[in-house]
Amino acid sequence: MIAIVDYKAGNLTSVRLAFRALGCDAAVTSDPQVILAADRVVFPGVGAAGSAMRNLTDLRLIPVLKEVAARGTPFLGICLGTQILFDFCEEDGGTPTLGLLPGRVPRFQPMDRWDKVPQMGWNQVKIVRPHPLLDGIEDGSEFYFVHSYYPAPSDPSLVPGTTDYAGITFASMVGSGNVAATQFHPEKSGRIGLRLLANFIRWSP
Amino acid sequence: MLTKRIIPCLDVIKRRVTKGVKFQNNVDLGDPIEMAVRYSDEGCDELVVYDITASAERRPIDIEMVRDVAQAIRIPFSVGGGIATLEDMSRVLLAGAEKISVNSLAVKNPAIIAEGARAFGAQCIVLGMDPFATPDRQRCPSGYEITTRGFRERTGLDAVEWAKQAEQHGAGEIVVNSVDADGTRAGFELTITRLIAEAVRIPVVASGGAGCSAHLRDAFNLAHADAAIVAGMIHTGEFTLAQIKRELHAEGVPVRMIW
Repeated sequence: MIAIVDYKAGNLTSVRLAFRALGCDAAVTSDPQVILAADRVVFPGVGAAGSAMRNLTDLRLIPVLKEVAARGTPFLGICLGTQILFDFCEEDGGTPTLGLLPGRVPRFQPMDRWDKVPQMGWNQVKIVRPHPLLDGIEDGSEFYFVHSYYPAPSDPSLVPGTTDYAGITFASMVGSGNVAATQFHPEKSGRIGLRLLANFIRWSP
Repeated sequence: MLTKRIIPCLDVIKRRVTKGVKFQNNVDLGDPIEMAVRYSDEGCDELVVYDITASAERRPIDIEMVRDVAQAIRIPFSVGGGIATLEDMSRVLLAGAEKISVNSLAVKNPAIIAEGARAFGAQCIVLGMDPFATPDRQRCPSGYEITTRGFRERTGLDAVEWAKQAEQHGAGEIVVNSVDADGTRAGFELTITRLIAEAVRIPVVASGGAGCSAHLRDAFNLAHADAAIVAGMIHTGEFTLAQIKRELHAEGVPVRMIW
């Protein structure tokens, strides 16, 4: 069973529908027992890091997520979910986050007036290192992004995919053992996004 | 590089996609779910679905249709028409839409933009606007005035001023749908699109008048649009999305080419 972690950070309908399109009924849940019992865990989210961390605290999910990651359960972060896996987000005046991935999450600082924040739309992911979740996905494929902050992992060996925006190249995908995380939304990225989720369903890290 | 989005627009009446000129003489084009799937398969980057009679009929949006679209496609889509309250917004988003488009309602009650952005995030809240060119520069210094209710009502609001206000209220994106260009297929109204793109820092979507790929190129290159809406030119079968993208790609416009 796949658990989609619901911590009141945005709309999870499209994540659930994407797994359903793959013939997989995923449970949207905030129940620690259900999450701990799941074979795979998806940690999505849209919104701000500060309120997300407060919600995780109130729902007593922080130790649960840490345990899932430590146990080796296949774990996929998406968008805000990805950002708060790192040590620290610059959002909301600076927010200490889960620390499951090493690094920080700064804000885009565009020099070009036409680079807008948030980045919203389809951008290319350059595959710089193979990862099982990228099997069958062509280098340079576009995925759908909506974000103002971006992952900056301190260990470049954890970065299978990068994307160029606002004058920088950032880690749009990060992978460390059983934890994989995308800044883009595979569930909204058409056939290619579904391929990544199908790879996740089959993944045994 | 972030690509320019090409967004087919489906105007729906009683669960059928229709197309008219300036909201008149509507003809039946097909089933919205089938068309959404077809355009998604053909490489559109996003979709817009308007329930165009919901407001006039004072009924809520056809939520079953939103649900069916959400199940059928795996790309983002926005929904407009008949959205009057936070409750309506919430229903549409939970049904699986990515964004909500408000237009006449926001003119009447601009606070709904801020309330929606606070509750669901600015990226979900799209302001649709229907400006037309006016000689009355006293009332509208930009030369463009906002209309509402499907072009039927003039508001006296200056289009650029309204765009800036909407951004301040927390709108995540603005769709500039020119009344003058709508349905003409003679090209987007580049002047007002550019004026608004220069006045705000959020994405701007050109709408109304697309007739060939050069029109989209001009909206992107000359008017600084981040995305463009297409309707008639693809609904009639005269152009395919793949063809539009190939032509734009050949001209150096960044577009998504693999899907």
